[in-house]
Amino acid sequence: MKYYLGIDIGSVSTNIVFMNAQKELAAKLYIRSQGDPVGSVQRGLSQMAKTLKDFEIAGVGVTGSGRLLIGKLLGADLIKNEITAHAVACVHVMPEVQTVIEIGGQDSKLILIRDGIVSDFAMNTVCAAGTGSFLDQQAARLNLHVAELGEKAAKGRHPVRIAGRCAVFAESDMIHKQQMGHPLEDILAGLCNALVRNFINNLGKGKELKPPFIFQGGVAANLGIRRAFEEALGDRILVPEDYEVMGALGAALLVRDELLYQKKTTRFKGFQFINEPVTTSSFDCEGCANQCEVVELRQANILIACLGDRCNKWSQRVIEISEPNIQVG
Amino acid sequence: MLKVTFAHMGNSYIPFRTLLSELGLDPVVPPPITRRTITLGLKLAPEFVCFPLKVNLGNYVEAIESGAECIFMAGGVGPCRFGYYGELQREILHQANYPVEFLVLEAPKTHWTELWDKIKRYVPKHRLVDLFNAARLAWLKAKALDDFDDLLNRIRPLEKWPGTTTKVQTAFYRALDEAGMIRDIHIVHQRGLEELRAIAITPDDSVLRIILLGEIYMVLEPQVNFQIERVLGEMGVEVSRTIYFARWVYETLFLSLVKPDWRKKYDLLAKPYLSNFVGGHGIETVAYTVKAAANNYHGVIELAPFTCMPEIVAMQVLPEVSRKLSIPVLSVIIDEHAAEAGVRTRLEAFIDLLKHRHWKNEADKRHFIRTG
Repeated sequence: MKYYLGIDIGSVSTNIVFMNAQKELAAKLYIRSQGDPVGSVQRGLSQMAKTLKDFEIAGVGVTGSGRLLIGKLLGADLIKNEITAHAVACVHVMPEVQTVIEIGGQDSKLILIRDGIVSDFAMNTVCAAGTGSFLDQQAARLNLHVAELGEKAAKGRHPVRIAGRCAVFAESDMIHKQQMGHPLEDILAGLCNALVRNFINNLGKGKELKPPFIFQGGVAANLGIRRAFEEALGDRILVPEDYEVMGALGAALLVRDELLYQKKTTRFKGFQFINEPVTTSSFDCEGCANQCEVVELRQANILIACLGDRCNKWSQRVIEISEPNIQVG
Repeated sequence: MLKVTFAHMGNSYIPFRTLLSELGLDPVVPPPITRRTITLGLKLAPEFVCFPLKVNLGNYVEAIESGAECIFMAGGVGPCRFGYYGELQREILHQANYPVEFLVLEAPKTHWTELWDKIKRYVPKHRLVDLFNAARLAWLKAKALDDFDDLLNRIRPLEKWPGTTTKVQTAFYRALDEAGMIRDIHIVHQRGLEELRAIAITPDDSVLRIILLGEIYMVLEPQVNFQIERVLGEMGVEVSRTIYFARWVYETLFLSLVKPDWRKKYDLLAKPYLSNFVGGHGIETVAYTVKAAANNYHGVIELAPFTCMPEIVAMQVLPEVSRKLSIPVLSVIIDEHAAEAGVRTRLEAFIDLLKHRHWKNEADKRHFIRTG
């Protein structure tokens, strides 16, 4: 069986999908990155290689904030930004979608789609309030599992008002409301409302949010946030079946189209990468005013990838059969 | 000789160096902007001033370390806070125990000799005619830089071997910086353009054309805007900058004296969306977005430093312009916290958006022709 491999290396989670040539999802995996993108991809891939027997990789697409690193390591055929990847996956799942809300570990995105193509997008710039990391933190503070937090929030009947502008203030506001004696459900419902308000004010400013809406990313599992969005937007919010791996699915779809269109075969280096540990080191290049932070990756002391230099002075040293291109368009 | 310095803004150090040395001063060009520059500036600057002031301060400190005794900077009036930055920077540097002299040069309001009277104090032996000669050399260099960069942005997206144009650019900047006589400047200027035209290119009719606009410092200084022009060019996008240093000097110093209503064309274009002067390049941002739509550009990228007041006002009306005139706009806000990866992700996604839109428009056109 031939599969296209899609990997989304995010700040909090690493998602991997195997997709067949008929664009059907064969297997998916969502694991926490725990600050170690290389290790989590290695763990994830070996886990999936065990469950799927007798397969061949036809192409590899990577996306997410760690795309450059993992793309170079694996010999990916396509390195794509996460906004396009998410949009492509969404249109695949629901061709008539017009608004995509994506909330991940450290960033949130709003993508507007008209006639099946992206017409506008926004990404949080200076603030991470309302993203997965913050919810994680609050759940830990309240001694709840992050999934419970959403369920509890959805039960809140009279949401209290929480200041959602800043994660730190939101937290102190929540503590204050707890001390006032409000039930936890109402406080959590209030928190969800505040985060949604923050999202719509920050990213949706001046933009036309039209149904159908799709909500994806790790936070889409949160029932409370989903409710709050439905209330704020006044329409049904759809959460796709594979909401947590949509970025990876998008990367797989894109690499499939690309390889079929260009009639090329994959550059994937194979699974031997899984077993060998990767060591990384970094240094500041003093060659010019740019002072790039250069990162080197070595396997068995052989330089396998080099990142971060703007002038390619250091990357050139990597002897490679072919470099993956960061594809735009 | 008095050691004089100034803040960096893109390639403007080349004409400034000429201007000062022709006036008999000893120009100290601050070292190129690095992370150290920014860190030094951050230590001194208030948190919520805009990013350019922080970088300026870093430049001054590094220049003082290399021996600068006096700082020349531009001033101004209007809603943009920049007009007050001269005073503010002087106070900050003095409080931090940097005993430097500060000369704030403002665009003359009534007569151009106002400017000369201020400079005269520092160059008592020079006459007005010397200023003219110095200004002429500096002007020729600034003009050459503008011409070169304009052509370069059209060549870069087509270059056959990535990086060739950037190499030509570096060599040109160095040669121009060293040119001393009018004749040398002309020769360097022409040779630079010829070298650009000689670069091997792969012609492409469907290259994406975008307009780069916004706050002047962020647009002109590649070390703070993550070299956006080069990055976009290497992604295969033709960038048209709306702000060029020589033209900006020409407009603010010359046109505003002889033709006070030179801003009218911008006001008229921006009027349906923004009718008040908001300072800085706010009106121009809106006006050029309207113009970009009218001239069938594929998209607009707006650059602004965090907390920039004029650009924030413009940013609020751009979605409406974008919707009404059907031109995609991406606003990028940059300060010391902005990460290169985040900016790159947005740029890549924006270019994807433009490409897909373009392909779809072309397909629709073909469909329309086929089906009548």
